[in-house]
Amino acid sequence: MGALMVIFSLQPKQRRKTTDSVEDELELSAVRHRPEGLEQLEAQTRFSRKELQILYRGFKNECPSGVVNEDTFKDIYAQFFPQGDASTYAHFLFNAFDTDHNGSVSFEDFVMGLSILLRGTVQEKLIWAFNLYDINKDGYITKEEMLDIMKAIYDMMGKCTYPVLKEETPRQHVEVFFQKMDKNKDGVVTIDEFIDCCQNDENIMRSMHLFENVL
Amino acid sequence: MAAGVAAWLPFARAAAIGWMPVANLPMPIAPTEKNKRQDELIILNVSGRRFQTWRNTLDRYPDTLLGSSEKEFFYNEETKEYFFDRDPDVFRSVLNFYRTGKLHYPRYECISSYDEELAFFGIVPEIIGDCCYEEYKDRKRENVERLMDDQEDNKDAKLPNMTFRETMWRAFENPHTSTMALVFYYVTGFFIAVSVITNVVETVPCGSAPNQKEVPCGERYTVAFFCMDTACVMIFTVEYLMRLYAAPNRYRFMRSVMSIIDVVAILPYYIGLVMTDNEDVSGAFVTLRVFRVFRIFKFSRHSQGLRILGYTLKSCASELGFLLFSLTMAIIIFATVMFYAEKGSSSSKFTSIPASFWYTIVTMTTLGYGDMVPKTIAGKIFGSICSLSGVLVIALPVPVIVSNFSRIYHQNQRADKRRAQKMQKARLARIRLSKTGSSNAFLHSKRNGLFNEALELTGNTEEEKCLSKSTSLIESQHHHLLHCLEKTTNHEFVDEQYYQQSYLEAGLQNYPSQSPSLSSQDGVTGTCCTRRSKKRHTPLPNASAPAHMQPLTHTHTHQQGLQELSTIHIQPLSTSRSSLNMRIDEPAPLNCQSSQITTAIISIPTPPVTTPEGDAHLPAGPTHQNVVKVSAL
Repeated sequence: MGALMVIFSLQPKQRRKTTDSVEDELELSAVRHRPEGLEQLEAQTRFSRKELQILYRGFKNECPSGVVNEDTFKDIYAQFFPQGDASTYAHFLFNAFDTDHNGSVSFEDFVMGLSILLRGTVQEKLIWAFNLYDINKDGYITKEEMLDIMKAIYDMMGKCTYPVLKEETPRQHVEVFFQKMDKNKDGVVTIDEFIDCCQNDENIMRSMHLFENVL
Repeated sequence: MAAGVAAWLPFARAAAIGWMPVANLPMPIAPTEKNKRQDELIILNVSGRRFQTWRNTLDRYPDTLLGSSEKEFFYNEETKEYFFDRDPDVFRSVLNFYRTGKLHYPRYECISSYDEELAFFGIVPEIIGDCCYEEYKDRKRENVERLMDDQEDNKDAKLPNMTFRETMWRAFENPHTSTMALVFYYVTGFFIAVSVITNVVETVPCGSAPNQKEVPCGERYTVAFFCMDTACVMIFTVEYLMRLYAAPNRYRFMRSVMSIIDVVAILPYYIGLVMTDNEDVSGAFVTLRVFRVFRIFKFSRHSQGLRILGYTLKSCASELGFLLFSLTMAIIIFATVMFYAEKGSSSSKFTSIPASFWYTIVTMTTLGYGDMVPKTIAGKIFGSICSLSGVLVIALPVPVIVSNFSRIYHQNQRADKRRAQKMQKARLARIRLSKTGSSNAFLHSKRNGLFNEALELTGNTEEEKCLSKSTSLIESQHHHLLHCLEKTTNHEFVDEQYYQQSYLEAGLQNYPSQSPSLSSQDGVTGTCCTRRSKKRHTPLPNASAPAHMQPLTHTHTHQQGLQELSTIHIQPLSTSRSSLNMRIDEPAPLNCQSSQITTAIISIPTPPVTTPEGDAHLPAGPTHQNVVKVSAL
């Protein structure tokens, strides 16, 4: 029994070492990011000073360290969709916001994205949406990419929907989308096809203005 | 929706632009921000200490005092601040709740004053964060017990109109209520003592005749002991039967520990009576007499301390189990080691591993009888390790048991565990409710939203105002977001129940998409009725969820059903009803303002209908569930 006790007493030391290294990692990664000054952000985005203040207060409340990483992003976004699983769509959104692809969204990235979405021209908004759909950023939306996005959107609905969600619903939706958008029927949607088609669609145009008075 | 993420709502709404190119349907209108206020600081004066916060912070929890319009009652016009004549220290915790979304319980605060403040500000204590919840619950339990003890002292006043049976039971449970009970209590105690002493003395060797060997007293004075035994057993039997008669719940009484002890105490005697002097079973009969010693446990009715000891052992079952387990492990290990160590030496007592068990137990408990000792050097080394570790293993769980006993003894605790478990379930249920509250709130507001839009159409502004007040701006924006998602995917959010029901029907029915006509009304009632008849067999969830679909009590026949629909109190809508499933394939160029096709589930609030049959079925209401789907055009 004493031998066992000796063995057990050795173990925690090892564990302590690993926890120490984890803590070190945390220290290094707990970046304290401060955003650029208010004037610079005011110049770069289309928000007023007051609006930037409100945005920053909310941002800092949820992310005291100043940057959002993907998990926090997914958590926050999931709170708006209690019934479904918003993590896949949040992943795509994160990639769309993280313009420099460093794995975290700082306040500047956040505010730039919002500036385009809320105060940008229709052209800019459509380009942003195209960017979102184009997962591998190669300039073309393929059917597979669109299917991924569509599945992510349908996942947010969750299970309890009316009518009941079927397996092929996202696929059908993608077909409809491609029929509408893919003018030269080459199986991919380029940015020009996308923008042209959206600008000719009344519904889409109207909904682009929907969120203008959000802030 | 948690408070903090309300600030991220603009972001979530902006991100919805990603759905727009994909959607085939037109999007609903965004809620306009009527009298949009710039975010302002408000001052809360609590007994002279001024707290300041943003108005939006308080609006996060609209069902509390500070978040709703109830605080206007406390507004002081001259000083332009809200004055509350309450404790400022506790108010700190309350305000922090709004700021951070977590409610903390300060340890130095008295539990009842804290509860009062929470009740005043309309905050449910169940949302206290996990970091403080245990402390809160412990203090609350202590307080409740203290109150209960105070009540106990007053309870002894005799209640009027107690039946003889109830009086007897009370006499048994609380001996100091009446003199008779006290007499009974002492008499039974005396006889238990007598019985135990008899059993003991029975085996003492009494004086013997000179030429015979010593005999125990029991065999010498057989008749006397037998009479004593009979008398005791008769008293115990009578007592048991009286308790059985007086018990309010006989089945539960028979299962209780004390009654089992009683039965075990008196059974050997009766079995002995039944079995005659049969030589074969006399051995077994002797063994049965051992059970007579259990009479001593009957003393636990007389001694509070004994009961507490028993309860302590029961509550420390896990520690005792751990002690036993670790001891067993150690015994086996050391016995094996000692056996192989001593195998070599001659005339070793360690003949087998099980034989070494005895040595190990005696050594580890530091008894050290000395009947088995190791002779080899290896054996002695391992033997010493064994005795040292024995001390440690036994010393470890003992303090836990001791502290447990002292805590229980101190609090004089009853078996309140069952009540605590109920509270835990209630707490979890409430938390679950508040979590599902957000999704239920959306469904709930869809109904209100339907009324809203319809009212806008009919231009009835007063009702519109009072309905729109029920949801805050943030909530309405959130719901608009969910609505956009529904439009994008052309599917709707429904609650669990409805989903299961429609899942069942998925294969069965085909919803025709028709223009508004009588036939579609038939369709409505047709499916209503069939749905209801199906619903009869599915068990309903607990109808305590506040925003749940209200049951519709509805009567039956087809024609009457139609009539019902027309008299159902959805007058404000005054819209035409179209079919259940509107699948709009053509993006109809609709004037946004006047016509917005939304399919929604409305539920008719109870009491709904005006016909007498409806009333007759009102009591059976909760067992029904009916949903009428209409759409506003």
